[in-house]
Amino acid sequence: MNREQRTEDRGEKVLLSGNEAVAKSAIDAGCRFYAGYPITPQNELIGYMAKNMASSGGIFIQSESELSAINMVFGASASGVRAMTSSSSPGISLMQEGISYIAGAELPAVIVNIMRAGPGLGNIWPAQSDYFQAVKSGGHGDYHCIVLAPSSVQEAYALTFEAFVLADKYRIPVIILGDAMLGQMMEPLSVHSQEFIVHSKKLRTKSWAATGCKDRKPNVVKSFYLNLGDLEKFNLKLQRKYKNIQQKEQRYEELNINDARIILVAYGTMARLAKQAMVSLREKGLKVGLIRPINLWPFPQKIFQRLAISDKRLAFLVIEMSYGQMLEDVKLAVNGQQRVEFLGRSGGGIPTEEEIIKSSLSLLSS
Amino acid sequence: MKRIFGRTKSLRPLDTHYCSGCGHGVVHRLLAEAIDELNIRGITIGVTPVGCAVVAYDYWDFDCVESAHGRGLAVATAIKRLQPEKVVFTYQGDGDLAAIGTAETIHAANRGENLTVVFINNAVYGMTGGQMAPTTLIGQKSATSPLGRNEKTEGYPLRISELLAQLQGVYSVERTAVDSVYGILKTKNAIKTAFQNQMENKGFSLVEVLSACPTYWDMSAFESLDWIKNKMSKVFPLGRIK
Amino acid sequence: MIERIIIAGFGGQGIMFLGKFIAWAAMRENKFVSFMPAYGAEVRGGTSHCAIVISDKEIASVAFDAIDTLIAMNSPSLAKFVHRLRSGCELFINGSMIDNAPKIRGAKVHTFKFTEIASELGNARTANMVALGAYLASKNLLSLKNILKLLPEAFKNNKKLQALNEQAIKAGMNLIK
Repeated sequence: MNREQRTEDRGEKVLLSGNEAVAKSAIDAGCRFYAGYPITPQNELIGYMAKNMASSGGIFIQSESELSAINMVFGASASGVRAMTSSSSPGISLMQEGISYIAGAELPAVIVNIMRAGPGLGNIWPAQSDYFQAVKSGGHGDYHCIVLAPSSVQEAYALTFEAFVLADKYRIPVIILGDAMLGQMMEPLSVHSQEFIVHSKKLRTKSWAATGCKDRKPNVVKSFYLNLGDLEKFNLKLQRKYKNIQQKEQRYEELNINDARIILVAYGTMARLAKQAMVSLREKGLKVGLIRPINLWPFPQKIFQRLAISDKRLAFLVIEMSYGQMLEDVKLAVNGQQRVEFLGRSGGGIPTEEEIIKSSLSLLSS
Repeated sequence: MKRIFGRTKSLRPLDTHYCSGCGHGVVHRLLAEAIDELNIRGITIGVTPVGCAVVAYDYWDFDCVESAHGRGLAVATAIKRLQPEKVVFTYQGDGDLAAIGTAETIHAANRGENLTVVFINNAVYGMTGGQMAPTTLIGQKSATSPLGRNEKTEGYPLRISELLAQLQGVYSVERTAVDSVYGILKTKNAIKTAFQNQMENKGFSLVEVLSACPTYWDMSAFESLDWIKNKMSKVFPLGRIK
Repeated sequence: MIERIIIAGFGGQGIMFLGKFIAWAAMRENKFVSFMPAYGAEVRGGTSHCAIVISDKEIASVAFDAIDTLIAMNSPSLAKFVHRLRSGCELFINGSMIDNAPKIRGAKVHTFKFTEIASELGNARTANMVALGAYLASKNLLSLKNILKLLPEAFKNNKKLQALNEQAIKAGMNLIK
């Protein structure tokens, strides 16, 4: 059913999968280069790009590997063009070298990881087992990527758009971290109307890009600092940038936290189930709230720090499709001042609403 | 007085970090001369490798992008596709192009990317201290083949240029050597032609340059030139391959 | 209100089309809706299924265990999902390809020869739309008027296909008395 174009023009909602929404958003955000290698569960994304990139005036390349894809993105970004690649867990592992180089060369880029369950080949069911890799930076060197975790098709569209803005603003790789559920499911989506769509030619040209040195001094895009002292100086500059991002880019959603005794903490599609459990518990009269981090890096520490020092006793229940990764960031933010507990499953298993309710009830009674 | 020679504009007036007798400095200059003669400095984008030539952008005076080890042709593919009116080349060593980057090399060539590749073959890893390269000759000693390369365990010198010439997407492949004045002139011509091919949209053009590494061949500069002539070019025959 | 539907059959029976069509219709009626296809290795071996959730509230989980409605177009797909049927669920079974309908306490089971009915109308491939018609008439969740409005968009400007599918839907509706 390829009727998307027609309904869009009438400004109506369209029915798209998360994978397609990310791809569509990228093109709407002025992304004009995509390279990728097929891997489930993100094939609809590369498929959408193959179909639509050329007609949007961009370049689509199916690369020979994820290694090649990320380095093509490096080249595209060095050319001053908004560029993206996407993959799933094992492919993202292969890309880590390139992501480190992108961070080191201060290039903007968007990398989409529609996670599957691991380790190894694992399986293609929804999981959140790559949190550490994304948030702690899976490649070598002391760098960071901004990490955004949408929980719906609508948010996948919105955050992908935002990812390109952030990538350019801070000259940093931005990772969209979603799971197979987000990638595969279709939901109604209100897309930007025409006036918000970015025309790549109207984007500000990047003075640092390698475009030929006619009428200016030559530009070099690189991450190599041969002389002792130069790299440290550069790294300190990077660290200042990261600190600035940490101050300014802490996105999260909070629900019912003011009177809460238990605060559920979950991101991505997991947060939808947590929210459902919260609603059920509230219906029973229990004081349960929810924090859904939208940025995973920088982690929204401030809200946790504020709650951690409140006078009343609180418990955080971190719920993940992993065995406890975001848990560490919550613990760091709470800094031992309140109780932090964990509920997680992985390998394709998803904590159910019943399990969340059960864990919450046992926390309330202990 | 009539001016018959001037400084090469695309080459900065700097001393290089290369060892005496190394071929890199010569080829850097040939590339820069070719660019100036074609008057394309303002539209040239070079992609530099990881290897001894990693800081080639310090010597060249035009836009450059440094790639990860072996990924030069993936990086260059994107640059050229997005800026088809520019002249884009990669400069890669034997480890970069023919070992770690083999997949990127073969696939960029097979896609027929309209790029120019300058491939420096010195049969050894110079940057890391003289280890065996895919192009190391049988019997040649290196830090990781201390008894000499043994084909039974290390395989044979990889003739990647001949391999690439088989691909339909490849327009031209030529092998030269910077082992003599004649060889240097030949090399410059080959590089210039490879640039012209790109400017005429003819497709993927590669120039392999046999180049001396006296330091890790454990020879004097003169001996190493003889070694190219008598040993290396027997395994890697010079001339137009495609 | 929450309605969790599984549609299952073999490749070529228009399973994904029907699933998306229902989701699309629900979207046009401004309901919350999600559509989850089988993906990856699940679509190997010729069977195909998808899961739809329609609700008047935000949908927490697009995946679910207990099924409210199962549209089963062949035997293997019925066998695959029968253990997820609970009391109160509703089944639409393609009697052309399934011999024995399961007995589930408290379930409403409709068995009709969807494929044969579609064949008689002129194209066996509209069996999915006959099933849709039966579903619409029995559940009364989505309006026929809205569904019919979608046909010209779904089948572009192919008037013949539009008419064929409309006929199939109406034939399906007439099955439910």
